[in-house]
Amino acid sequence: MLRLLSLAVLLGTWWIAALMAGSAKLPPPPAVLATVITEAESGALFLHLGVTLARVALAFVLAMSLGSAIGYLMGRIRLANRLGDPWLILLLNLPALVVIVLAYIWAGLTEAAAIAAIAINKLPTAVVTLREGTRALDPALDEMATVFAIPRARAFRHVVLPQLAPYIAAAARSGLSLVWKIVLVAELLGRPNGVGFEIGVAFQLFDIPLLLTYSLSFAAVVLVIETLLVQPFETRVSRWRLRAA
Amino acid sequence: MRLEVDITSKAYENATRERHDVLTGIRFALSSGEVGVFVGPSGCGKSTMLRILAGLDHDYQGRVSRPANARIGMVFQEPRLLPWRTVEDNVRLAAPQADEAKLSTLFTVLELTAHRGHFPTELSLGLARRVALARAFAVEPDFLILDEPLASLDDALAARLRERIATLVAQRAMITLLVTHNLDDAVRLGDRLFLLSARPARVLREVPIRTPRAARREAEITAIKAEIARRPDADRSERDAS
Repeated sequence: MLRLLSLAVLLGTWWIAALMAGSAKLPPPPAVLATVITEAESGALFLHLGVTLARVALAFVLAMSLGSAIGYLMGRIRLANRLGDPWLILLLNLPALVVIVLAYIWAGLTEAAAIAAIAINKLPTAVVTLREGTRALDPALDEMATVFAIPRARAFRHVVLPQLAPYIAAAARSGLSLVWKIVLVAELLGRPNGVGFEIGVAFQLFDIPLLLTYSLSFAAVVLVIETLLVQPFETRVSRWRLRAA
Repeated sequence: MRLEVDITSKAYENATRERHDVLTGIRFALSSGEVGVFVGPSGCGKSTMLRILAGLDHDYQGRVSRPANARIGMVFQEPRLLPWRTVEDNVRLAAPQADEAKLSTLFTVLELTAHRGHFPTELSLGLARRVALARAFAVEPDFLILDEPLASLDDALAARLRERIATLVAQRAMITLLVTHNLDDAVRLGDRLFLLSARPARVLREVPIRTPRAARREAEITAIKAEIARRPDADRSERDAS
């Protein structure tokens, strides 16, 4: 209820601002809604949103799985950490734009280049978070698993993974927001479709309703995914904590 | 099945590279069906010794011959339960082969039946200890290690739990090793007592108790305790002479 109210306040502010600034610079909500409806009816809105979402999903899964595996190894094995650390620092500090531009130059303006570039941007943060999580693993529980001769795979699933779950959730949460931002840049620079591409077109035509149509639809999708997927997942993995007396 | 231990030395270096001796002379043997109890002052190195015997620490001088493929059940000083699994799942994870009948008997003996579905964070320390005991017994161990399983419980509860442990130990032939700093627990549960010195720990004296556990009378227990308290290192002179 409070969330809806807060959303209403945002909408009201927008409307008032639009009246004051003039519709050329900031169109009022009904004008944007009209564009949303036209774009939705032509199917373009869903096509572009779908394409962007697919890229996000692919890059996110790629970066999360690879990053988690590398982070876990670096947290467990000292040698892996010492070898991987310089790479990690380099990747962490490399601007997203550099990675995207280089990926397009080296691999051409292809889908693979775009997804790889987005994944590479997200990868180091996942590695860092999971490495911290792995270092925080409780050695007492590892010893318990060793003494009771619990097979490695079972121990990983029941002893290690639940301890890593909050770190995985944190990496997913921050990673998702990073991927949302970067995917648009990658699309703007080298893809013929997607939300980023459409925003680029709208920018060149100075079509502000179109620009807002795509930005807000995209934001809405992000919001829905956050509330319906990410937050329930976080609640689920920390269920045992909530029940603590 | 037999456990033979001869640890001549165990030391570690701290951050400032100082060497600390923890164990100097731990030599004993235990057969299946026997309960060996180690009694020693807090911090004397008992837990270090148990870690070596459990195969968690390989950095020591000496020899430990454990029966090959011995199943180990261990109760650590802290319960070491998985907080994200229920009581039952904690036990089942360590003992996937245990069938329902066996588990429910075990839960009944340890009075845990009502708590099977609870999470460890919802349990008191006494209950969590009992779950750790259930886990150790559920694997049907050949070698059972109990590290101060009764510490920091109130007397009445400790006495009840001690009886439960005695019941469970009697049900199956295994090598049992109990560590405690409570002489009373030691005399009531052990078949053979090993008295340890302060750090670095060595076995000062071995005290066999021949009366079966169930037949021990209060008078006898008191007498053994008094005798141990009077001469905690009775065979030191022999050792030094040799």
